[in-house]
Amino acid sequence: MPKTYEEINERIRKGEAVVLTAEEIIDAVGKDGLEKTAKEVDVVTTATFGPMCSSGAMLNTGHSNPKMKMQKAWLNEVNAYAGIAAVDLYVGASELQQNDPANSRYPGEFNYGGGHVIEDLIARKDVLLKATSYGTDCYPRKELESWINLEDLNEAVLVNPRNGYQNYNVAVNQSDKTIYTYMGKLLPKLGNANYCSAGQLSPLLNDPLYRTIGIGTRIFIGGAQGYVYWNGTQHDPTVARNKNGVPMGGAGTLAVVGDMKQMSPEFIRGVSMTGYGVSLAVGLGIPIPILDEEILKFVSVKDSDILAPIVDYSHDYPNAINNALGMVSYEELKSGKIQVNGKELPTGSLSSYRKAREIAAELKKQVSKGDFLLQEPIQNLPLDTKFKSLKMREGKND
Amino acid sequence: MTKKKVLLKFPQNGVSKPFTYRLIKDYDLIVNIFKARVTPEETGELWIELEGSDDRIKKGLDYLKKERIEIIPLEKQIERNRETCTDCGACVSLCPSYAITMDRKKWEVNFDKKKCIACELCVDACPVKAIKVNF
Repeated sequence: MPKTYEEINERIRKGEAVVLTAEEIIDAVGKDGLEKTAKEVDVVTTATFGPMCSSGAMLNTGHSNPKMKMQKAWLNEVNAYAGIAAVDLYVGASELQQNDPANSRYPGEFNYGGGHVIEDLIARKDVLLKATSYGTDCYPRKELESWINLEDLNEAVLVNPRNGYQNYNVAVNQSDKTIYTYMGKLLPKLGNANYCSAGQLSPLLNDPLYRTIGIGTRIFIGGAQGYVYWNGTQHDPTVARNKNGVPMGGAGTLAVVGDMKQMSPEFIRGVSMTGYGVSLAVGLGIPIPILDEEILKFVSVKDSDILAPIVDYSHDYPNAINNALGMVSYEELKSGKIQVNGKELPTGSLSSYRKAREIAAELKKQVSKGDFLLQEPIQNLPLDTKFKSLKMREGKND
Repeated sequence: MTKKKVLLKFPQNGVSKPFTYRLIKDYDLIVNIFKARVTPEETGELWIELEGSDDRIKKGLDYLKKERIEIIPLEKQIERNRETCTDCGACVSLCPSYAITMDRKKWEVNFDKKKCIACELCVDACPVKAIKVNF
């Protein structure tokens, strides 16, 4: 008998819902089978914690006196986008401080950037706002410098255009020198392999065909309750999938939103990738309602069922050569070593499985206590779009 | 037999003497060199492990001190800030001496200072800058 969102929410409200994490459900299904478990379990919690560059904060600072239409703005010397209404600002996670030497002294350290501004704001640290403008009749001020704090802002909303990648590449380096990438430091001659996914705990790997995660889904984001507001950029649902529907490479993505005033630095962290840049580690958690046996089968996915492509980041990735050196399961990746071209490579991860577990457990607690209700999507994520490369051209077509 | 890892800092013009040869020949020590470099100012740094009896290691180090070589015990060098670390594991695959390992039950990163050879490969790989070198 399929369940409805309303039935499950009613059980959550009464504190009667049976909630397991995406790790715990594997054993439960193994022990009791799909049919019995589907009747007993209401919700399965999934989670991930890792660097997600396509993140940023939409802020409204309120007006100074006299008023100002900010044209250029900086938060702790990090450029913020001011090309929207007078005192609205967007600070991107990957933005650098204006005087950051970047990679001019390779590899650059990238000690502080947009991701750190976001973390500092959430930690209730004062942040220095500087702004300049040309002045108008209605907004005469041309310069502004003031300390601001999250508490004093009108709105502070995390608006992340691409989070929660459904599966991802495993990065290796076939060249003769160490390279510094967004997948971390990669040692020469296949010296190591880095991956970045919570595997069997990761939200979209537990709902491979987006049956319950869609536009309007309520989520845990950085400690707050937020929402999926669209598919993420580069959403690519049509990649090759295994027989269980699990994509065998980067596929679906989520655009998510949440109130920074409800977040905690425990679940949102600025990160520095040496030689690459800055980013933001985001903690996401998504509860999946067990509406029927098919959904239960999806959430009982194991690391051994999820395969990721091994990609060379010294030559193939930068040159857009679509070539996998092999496929490897998260079970193998999490064992600490994998085989590539007959060589044994130690593995490392950029995504914290310890933090992902913490978030899945926290979300389980909130749902069990009746503090977190499930929201049915108001529209499903696309299943037929394709991620395109840029077709470069010199001539103007129109 | 004891093993002791040290960083030797050589003064200017001190890099031309065969110190490792003396340690082996005169003090009967097993010397394992992890890393060595000469700076543009011609001072030198040598990361080594000495293996031998406590007495011979002491005598060997006393000899180096007399030669005005600065001796820094290596166990104290790499510090991980437990509060800052998220246990992501970006450092784990870089460690050549297995001083950094992942506890695959708790999914926590363990640092074993005794095994650390202070190669510093992990330091710039930490996304939250939780690893520091202390001199």
